Amino acid sequence: MTPDSAVQLQKLGHDCLIESGAGVAAGFSDDAYKAAGVKVVKTAAALFKGSDVVAKVRPPTDTEAKRLTDGQTLISFFYPGANEKLMDLAASKGATVIAMDMVPRISRAQKMDALSSMANIAGYRAVIEAGNNFGRFFTGQVTAAGKVPPAKVLVVGAGVAGLAAIGTATSLGAITYAFDVRPEVAEQIESMGAEFVFLEFDASELPDGAATGGYAPPSSPEFQAKQLEKFRELAPDIDIVITTALIPNRAAPILWTKDMVEAMKPGSVIVDLAAERGGNCELTVADEKVVTDNGVTIIGYTDFPSRMAAQSSTLYATNVRHMMADLTPEKDGVINHDMKDDVIRGATVTHAKEVTFPPPPPKVQAIAAKPKEKVKEPTAEEKRAAELAAFKQQTRNQVTLLAVGGALVLGVGLVAPASFMQHFIVFVLAVFVGFQVIWGVAHSLHTPLMAITNAISSIIILGALMQIGSGSFLVILLAALSVFMAGINIFGGFLVTRRMLAMFQKS
Amino acid sequence: MEFGFTTAAYVVAAVLFILSLGGLSGQESAKRAVWYGIVGMGLAVFATLIGPGSGLWLASVVLIALGGAIGYQLATRVQMTQMPELVAAMHSLVGLAAVFVGFIAHIELGRVLAMDDTARKSLEGFAALLAKKDGIEVSILRVELFLGVFIGAVTFTGSVIAYGKLAGKVDSAAKKLPGGHMLNAAAAAISVLCLIWYFNTGGFLPLFLMTLAALFIGYHLIMGIGGADMPVVVSMLNSYSGWAAAAIGFSLGNDLLIVVGALVGSSGAILSYIMCKAMNRSFVSVILGGFGGPAGEQMAVEGEQVAIEAEGVATALNEADSVIIIPGYGMAVAQAQQGVAELVRKLRAKGKNVRFAIHPVAGRLPGHMNVLLAEARVPYDIVMEMDEINDDFPDTDVAIVIGSNDIVNPAAQDDPNSPIAGMPVLECWKAKQVFVSKRGQGTGYSGIENPLFFKENTRMFYGDAKASLDKLLPMIE
Repeated sequence: MTPDSAVQLQKLGHDCLIESGAGVAAGFSDDAYKAAGVKVVKTAAALFKGSDVVAKVRPPTDTEAKRLTDGQTLISFFYPGANEKLMDLAASKGATVIAMDMVPRISRAQKMDALSSMANIAGYRAVIEAGNNFGRFFTGQVTAAGKVPPAKVLVVGAGVAGLAAIGTATSLGAITYAFDVRPEVAEQIESMGAEFVFLEFDASELPDGAATGGYAPPSSPEFQAKQLEKFRELAPDIDIVITTALIPNRAAPILWTKDMVEAMKPGSVIVDLAAERGGNCELTVADEKVVTDNGVTIIGYTDFPSRMAAQSSTLYATNVRHMMADLTPEKDGVINHDMKDDVIRGATVTHAKEVTFPPPPPKVQAIAAKPKEKVKEPTAEEKRAAELAAFKQQTRNQVTLLAVGGALVLGVGLVAPASFMQHFIVFVLAVFVGFQVIWGVAHSLHTPLMAITNAISSIIILGALMQIGSGSFLVILLAALSVFMAGINIFGGFLVTRRMLAMFQKS
Repeated sequence: MEFGFTTAAYVVAAVLFILSLGGLSGQESAKRAVWYGIVGMGLAVFATLIGPGSGLWLASVVLIALGGAIGYQLATRVQMTQMPELVAAMHSLVGLAAVFVGFIAHIELGRVLAMDDTARKSLEGFAALLAKKDGIEVSILRVELFLGVFIGAVTFTGSVIAYGKLAGKVDSAAKKLPGGHMLNAAAAAISVLCLIWYFNTGGFLPLFLMTLAALFIGYHLIMGIGGADMPVVVSMLNSYSGWAAAAIGFSLGNDLLIVVGALVGSSGAILSYIMCKAMNRSFVSVILGGFGGPAGEQMAVEGEQVAIEAEGVATALNEADSVIIIPGYGMAVAQAQQGVAELVRKLRAKGKNVRFAIHPVAGRLPGHMNVLLAEARVPYDIVMEMDEINDDFPDTDVAIVIGSNDIVNPAAQDDPNSPIAGMPVLECWKAKQVFVSKRGQGTGYSGIENPLFFKENTRMFYGDAKASLDKLLPMIE
């Protein structure tokens, strides 16, 4: 909780308490909290006793879990897959535990996705750490003292952390390359200003990242071999490598082998964001910085977010606040734990004395859900073939149409007298001209088109005019009526068309 | 002043008419094109009056002037929102005129055939033309005028009903008499029988019976077609009025009538085709009326409709850089086009990119929305067609849907079982935010639930479109 988020929480109708000194590391003093209307409590134990909802960062310790009471809600990172005992304990206490790391990755839940917030920070910090240990500029410069080449950065894995790292590296001026097993993220990588490292590979063998909630799944051995080969090729050129590849519920894949490290130039830096799960680099030591014999620095810190406490606290506090907002839809300070809500259901690991982990798959599809049908760029030959086929099809259609039409006309010609055929030719040609002309009419002018065709279809007045002079009274009456009606139409049609057209104007 | 001059005048008139239609390809050339049409018509009428139609010419001129006065009144008084009604009403006049002219031809034919050779030679005008025909030609003439009367009669009642529906005088829902299309089929069968009968005897009775049957077909066919399909109906009737003129042209041996009839007929046919394509429905299914039942279980819609007040819309608009407005029939009904135009002016004055997206079947007449927006002085170069603008929605901050429903229904793409599956729609839901101005909850004409209204980035701005805009306008800084 930050003073800012406390104000927001109070708007939801909640009272806020905080453990004394909790915000110091992030630069928020107790006084700042007091000013925001937060009650500062001396100890954590008192805090647990006095509140309905406890929010913290790390999973609760056993002592803390024992302090939970029936009906109390705990919001924190929990890693339920690895903490079954703790989960059972919390469930037996009757507390509701919402694991921030279990928030489903759907668009609606993005605002509470603390993992993404933390990954974002880790990605940024990784580049900063790398720069700290890298002896040169990121950006290329031509100075009076000589030319400085730009640093080359390779980011492996373009998840949230990877993309953040790409963004930071490019904005520092480095030439950035990025790799990911999911070809659909190429667009995102390029949008951040990095170059996507392409692998020549059959698309059908590529794993489908969408099926696993936006994470990249394990890939096939052939694919991995290809991938390593590519990295081996790049290794001598790259100054800074940032690896972020994680596979859910598995050890991190080894992507940067010993020989690649050895191939790198002295002074190069590797930052391994997967160090907690064993690391993407073979030589990574978790929580430590090591320098290899050939002078390559390998950073395996696992606490990047904590190294930027102010930023991560702000983001996490906002994530928690959004979670609270979803838990109190009425904004009346009363927690309404709606297990039908996809997001809340997904994040809840214990509720009403029961362990509710793992959650059912979310109804809504994951963020990266739509596996983009990779439209194969047709080669020039294929294009030509397709065009030719379309052309042939068109020709065939037209020829059939012409043949049928021609046969019909000929058939009519066999029986009809010449005088009729003269008119018939005119008719067919006019229809033909009509079709050709009307296709060119602008869509926006369809209404004027109807009005004007209406006006000129009153050409039937000619028929009436020709007849009016000959014959009986009945003929004259009918003809006169026709002339009259057609007259209305001619004037009405043309005038209204003009009126409409006069209104169309350019800006 | 013999027929040579008349024919020459007809050729010029025909060329002018073709130029007139061709000129409608652009807004600027269209203004010139109307004059081509007017001059062509004037020339044709003048040439006929001094040539083959010179008998009783004074009466003719007076009648034309009378009709013209009424036409002038109609044209200057009509509201732009009433355009569909006017067009339909005018079609009915052409249809009725075609029926009358056909009847006259029949009466004259009977009179001429009854004469002996010497009497025939003394005939003048139209009767003289008839007198020259031999046996086969007379038979063909009968078929032609029969067709002319048939199409004219269908056009007449069809247009009257279409007018009634568009003007709200007849319930716009699809209605059929018990028996449905069997009645139409029976009426059509009667007409065919009458044709054979008439062909053989040349009596008035079969012609008259057929006319009644055709009038019934026109009435019943259009009664069975619902409001949203009106664009197709009106363009179809437009087409019919042209074919009727062409058929009459054949029976009178007048090439200009044939040419113009064919032009108008094909124009209407193309319009109907474009409209049908825009709804992804075949012409036959539109004409036979009503939406078919859903092909299977329709996708259930999840989520809820979230309402928003004018303040929220105004904030979003003030922050947005690009806005696309999608008007529909609801805007025409509420007469909200002036408010929309005012909104656009205000937004554009602040340098925002504001455009309109027009679906081909928006409204009740092809191009209906364009005319309404033009009336409200919206410049036509920011009014886009569906194909021009559909790809731009993902880059758009705010899409505003005003009184349209089915043309923005994502079910057409997502739900293969939806009755409108496959219909091209405006993909407004891809915009960052969508506001839907709508009178209340409920489905559109086709009775299909619209998942757009339930999307997360959609907010419902309930209320009459005009009132909503009036509320919104002062809040736009």
